[in-house]
Amino acid sequence: MNILVCVKQVPGSSNVEVDPVTGVLKRNGVQSKINPYDLYAIETALSLTEKYGGRVETITMGPPQAKAALIETVCMGAASGTVLSDRKFAGADVLATAYTLSQGIKKCGEFDLIICGKQTTDGDTAQVGAEVSEYLGIPNLSNVLSVEDIKDGKIFVTASLDDKIVSQSIKLPCLISVDGDINTPRLPSYKIKKALPEDTVKMLTFADFDDQNPDNYGLTGSATQVERIFPPEKNTEKQSIEGDSTAQAAALCELLRAKKII
Amino acid sequence: MFSKVTKEDIAVLKSIVGENEVIVGEAISPDYAHDELGGIEKMPEVLVRVTSTEQVSGIMKLAYSRSIPVTVRGSGTGLVGAAVAVEGGILLETTKMNKILKLDKDNSTITVQPGVLLMELAAFAEENDYLYPPDPGEKSATIGGNISTNAGGMRAVKYGVTRDYVRALTVVMPNGEILTLGGAVAKNSSGYSLKDLVIGSEGTLCIITEAVLKLVPLPKVSVSLLVPFPDMKSAIEAVPQIIRSKVVPTAVEYMSRDTIVFSESYLGKKFPDTKNDAYILLTFDGNTEQQVENDMSTVAELCLSIGAIDAYIVDTDERKKSVWSARGAFLEAIKASTTEMDECDVVVPVNKIDEFIKFTHELAKEQGVRIPSFGHAGDGNLHIYICRDELEQDKWEKTLASCFDAMYKRAEEMGGLVSGEHGIGYAKKEYMKKQYGETPILLMQGIKRVFDEKNILNPGKICF
Repeated sequence: MNILVCVKQVPGSSNVEVDPVTGVLKRNGVQSKINPYDLYAIETALSLTEKYGGRVETITMGPPQAKAALIETVCMGAASGTVLSDRKFAGADVLATAYTLSQGIKKCGEFDLIICGKQTTDGDTAQVGAEVSEYLGIPNLSNVLSVEDIKDGKIFVTASLDDKIVSQSIKLPCLISVDGDINTPRLPSYKIKKALPEDTVKMLTFADFDDQNPDNYGLTGSATQVERIFPPEKNTEKQSIEGDSTAQAAALCELLRAKKII
Repeated sequence: MFSKVTKEDIAVLKSIVGENEVIVGEAISPDYAHDELGGIEKMPEVLVRVTSTEQVSGIMKLAYSRSIPVTVRGSGTGLVGAAVAVEGGILLETTKMNKILKLDKDNSTITVQPGVLLMELAAFAEENDYLYPPDPGEKSATIGGNISTNAGGMRAVKYGVTRDYVRALTVVMPNGEILTLGGAVAKNSSGYSLKDLVIGSEGTLCIITEAVLKLVPLPKVSVSLLVPFPDMKSAIEAVPQIIRSKVVPTAVEYMSRDTIVFSESYLGKKFPDTKNDAYILLTFDGNTEQQVENDMSTVAELCLSIGAIDAYIVDTDERKKSVWSARGAFLEAIKASTTEMDECDVVVPVNKIDEFIKFTHELAKEQGVRIPSFGHAGDGNLHIYICRDELEQDKWEKTLASCFDAMYKRAEEMGGLVSGEHGIGYAKKEYMKKQYGETPILLMQGIKRVFDEKNILNPGKICF
């Protein structure tokens, strides 16, 4: 059972400022971390290989420093990682990112299962997983809550459809995006970190890919363009309601009605 | 003797705090009869919710003139019955005095009312790039309660306890007089430190209505390390060696798998690792990644060299939450695992902690009772719980008494003290008296008389 987990390095804090002139996230000096949703994907993958055997690899697209995120996945128990990094990949939207990942995945070998997190904390689009599966021509299921079994070339999962939970079997190889909070991700090991071999994480660039048309990558390969990024308006308005519980409840009701919330 | 609260007294109280803030007799929720663990229940005659120093002063003038006992209560999260009105009378609740009054960036101080919750204070400080270092496990406790017990918490190893962060207190004396003790100053050699007498006095000397607290700049980097050991013996034996390494962690906590499993079931949330029998949880903070990384590596290497199975890195907010939220729930989790329990909050010299925990394990076997524990391994303060489980009442009472006697006796032999941070209150008076002997108790009683000659403030606690 060979599993590949797609991860992304995101800002370590949710308080990242937006440059008011360029509209770009000010990432300089901000610590990075693995997208928290991807940790659930890594844990799912590691638990599956503990049960069914096999190995877990990880992949990411990003600047060279994204290597740190993949080293961390190895410290959690992954066997190795691959960073897809090239200036030609810069400015990619979800579609171009998914295409780049799919090109990179083809160069990493054969996988029975690809697992993604539900979404990222810095983009929140929740589209890359499904698009990667489309480019790879394999089935996909999102919002997976649990993996019940793997047998007869199929994976049996439950997934959330908002108002209902479905049990489904999918033919391998396939891609699943797991929901948040479905497990408690294990912690990275200091012991593995200090004994890390040099070549644990490899780098692939545009030159390594089959598709050598640069127009399919990065900003030019993107179907969407970002016009403007701006932080949401902060609302720190506070109102205290005094009085006993009956009076407070009545006043709260009145307030919510006035604001047309109820 | 004390007077009972009369209709006339109620009318005066209502005139001071308003009709809605005076609750009498059966209208008082039974929750006000007890705290979280103190083993004593008593309803007050009247519950009064105050919002200002002047109101507290007015109430004390009434109580003083009429000799009515007054017990101060914050969130009621205490563990030794200190906020239970054992003599009835007025229960004075401070939770509505919950305003953060001033952040003084020039002096690195913050002025708060006593009903501000520890978690609110911590969050406010952090939003402003400061740290309020005292970090007791019960985050919904009020800061007034924390000062009254000189609460310690997990960061005491590096930063000290609540006392170290109190610069000044506004207090109301039993006769209603309003005083300021200490000052918003960094040094103070001006006579006896009355402020320090009030800290830890559990509401027996005067009523705290405002506090000026010291803040420190928020460390830029903070990383925890969860170190699994094959058994509790090797985990605990590692602690003195960590201390000797001269790295100063912010926190050093120990925990057993049993306790972690209780907390998983209590919170409905898995802990990141439960494969091993015992764990040490450490935190390191500082202003550069390199410095914190160095400290962390030194301790990780040391632990691995003395038998640790691994050292797991807890570096992001999500990881910290997954580990520290479990740690914060240990008390409630153990409570939920048994029918009844009582706690020993003993503190021993740091180099005796392994010996003391081993002793509690032997005691558990000898007494045929479950004694889980966790605590602040880095400062010698243990939280040890004697669980009743299925014991009959008679047997439970005898076992509990024998366990407490044995543990306090052993702690004393080691140079330890009865309470590290929860206080004496009602529940631990006799054990403290037994340890201290006559003269220190007479001194305490004398101090109490000077502050409160009518003994109306929180009577029946600490030294009486």
